[in-house]
Amino acid sequence: MKVDIDNEILVKRDIGQTTRMAVRDLNLYYGDFQALREISLDIPERSITAIIGPSGCGKSTFLRVFNRMNDLITGVRIEGSIELDGINIYDRNIDVVELRKRVGMVFQKPNPFPMSIFENVAYGPRRHGIKNRIELENIVERSLKQAALWEEVESKIDQSALALSGGQQQRLCIARVLAVEPEVILMDEPCSALDPVATLRIEELMRNLSENYTIVIVTHNMQQAARASDMAAFLMMEDDRAGILVEYGPTAEIFTNPKDKRTEDYITGRFG
Amino acid sequence: MTMVRRQVTQRAAFGFLIASTLIVVIPVLVIIGIILFNGAGAINLEFLTQAPSQAGKAGGIFPAIVGTFYLMLGTLIIALPVGVMAGVYLTEYAGDNWLTKLINMAIINLAGVPSIIYGLFGLGIFVMTFNFGMSLLSASFTLACQALAMTITTSREAILAVPREYREGSLAIGTTKWQTVRHVVLPQAMPGIITGAVLAMSRAAGETAPILVVGAAFLLPRLPHSVFDQFMALPYHLYTVAAHVPGIPDATIWGIALVLLVVVLSFNVMATLIRLRTRTRRYSL
Repeated sequence: MKVDIDNEILVKRDIGQTTRMAVRDLNLYYGDFQALREISLDIPERSITAIIGPSGCGKSTFLRVFNRMNDLITGVRIEGSIELDGINIYDRNIDVVELRKRVGMVFQKPNPFPMSIFENVAYGPRRHGIKNRIELENIVERSLKQAALWEEVESKIDQSALALSGGQQQRLCIARVLAVEPEVILMDEPCSALDPVATLRIEELMRNLSENYTIVIVTHNMQQAARASDMAAFLMMEDDRAGILVEYGPTAEIFTNPKDKRTEDYITGRFG
Repeated sequence: MTMVRRQVTQRAAFGFLIASTLIVVIPVLVIIGIILFNGAGAINLEFLTQAPSQAGKAGGIFPAIVGTFYLMLGTLIIALPVGVMAGVYLTEYAGDNWLTKLINMAIINLAGVPSIIYGLFGLGIFVMTFNFGMSLLSASFTLACQALAMTITTSREAILAVPREYREGSLAIGTTKWQTVRHVVLPQAMPGIITGAVLAMSRAAGETAPILVVGAAFLLPRLPHSVFDQFMALPYHLYTVAAHVPGIPDATIWGIALVLLVVVLSFNVMATLIRLRTRTRRYSL
């Protein structure tokens, strides 16, 4: 079957040429089980990199390598290196808290804290020591504007964040990450719990943010990867269920001219 | 034929189940009914606000009511912080090792120790070794030790019930584990923790045996002057007048029982209300 994607959206945008994060020979184990095998790739700055692949191939596990979120799970072991601006984030003297300030994360299910909208966005800056009310207000306003949520919530900034719609909650979570001024934003299927309209808004937001931020997104949605990303990495399971990187390159090439047969099968299967 | 028999069996089983359930409810209702019926007559302003006289035969039970509240407050002040901190340690920081297993076993056994043993422990440690004397302070510490098993367990459950998503959301923007616990996990777990603490308090309020040997006074017709003073408490007062004061009017005994019951039950109701309120708040959004 033929890949049916509008070619217009596959126009390659002008993305940064510098590598922001580099993965080298990554192996990841849960105890005895190998979840990721020999993965190497470079993530260019000010771009959107999509990680795609079938369920269970280790996409989320891979994403959580970039901010060491896997550290929270006991029994996880990592080989190889992941560099942020040339420094291995798995080095012994790396401060994980400081790393996560620079590499923020947005989750699959919107997870605003049960506090007001203001307090959700101010949470990070407060924890990092900003106490001045006016400074906090400026950060909250700036972050909500960046997350394209300000106009919708300006009048109810002190109301509970849990009263917002799912799409608004997810944009709030993005604002919460933006408030600590990260360099990289990881997104783990950020739209899978949202309706199509909310999904498009998040994608539009991602594209705007990628002018200044490096974004890595895991998605199940092929059209989303095709629409919104600059680079695409296709992961797949081997027979022992370890995830491997099959193909990595500019999204336009992956979707229109995949080099690997398995990539083509997967992409066409999804659209056929 | 078999159809009919099966239906009969079904009805019989159903009947037994209902009967068993009712057997649980009936004693509670009967106890409350009898105490209310016999004790209500003794309740008046004097009974609730005056100190006892003539060894409890006349006057009121004010010092015992206040003593019980002091005791609950003292127990709460000691057991709640320790319980919460232990709960945080066990859920967030403790590794899966022999030490944790030992602690868990200690907590389970703490709950099973007979209350008079706590009393003797309190006598040996707080009254004599720490030299707090027979006092409100010794009694509060003793009851707090007994309440700890419950406050630790309920704190731990409340902390575990906080969704992982909240913790991850906080950690993912570069906060430390302690900041996450302090600003996200604990505020969320607080209603559950408070509910457990209040229930532990109501249990402490009803204890007689542990306080018997560490500071409860047989008869002390005044309020304690300080935490190092002896005190009266409702359950012990009830025991002493019923067992050791001949010629005491029955109504007085029932009256004390009624007041004690109301104190304990009101704390149980309070705990239920806290739980209900937070539950509706959490799910209505």
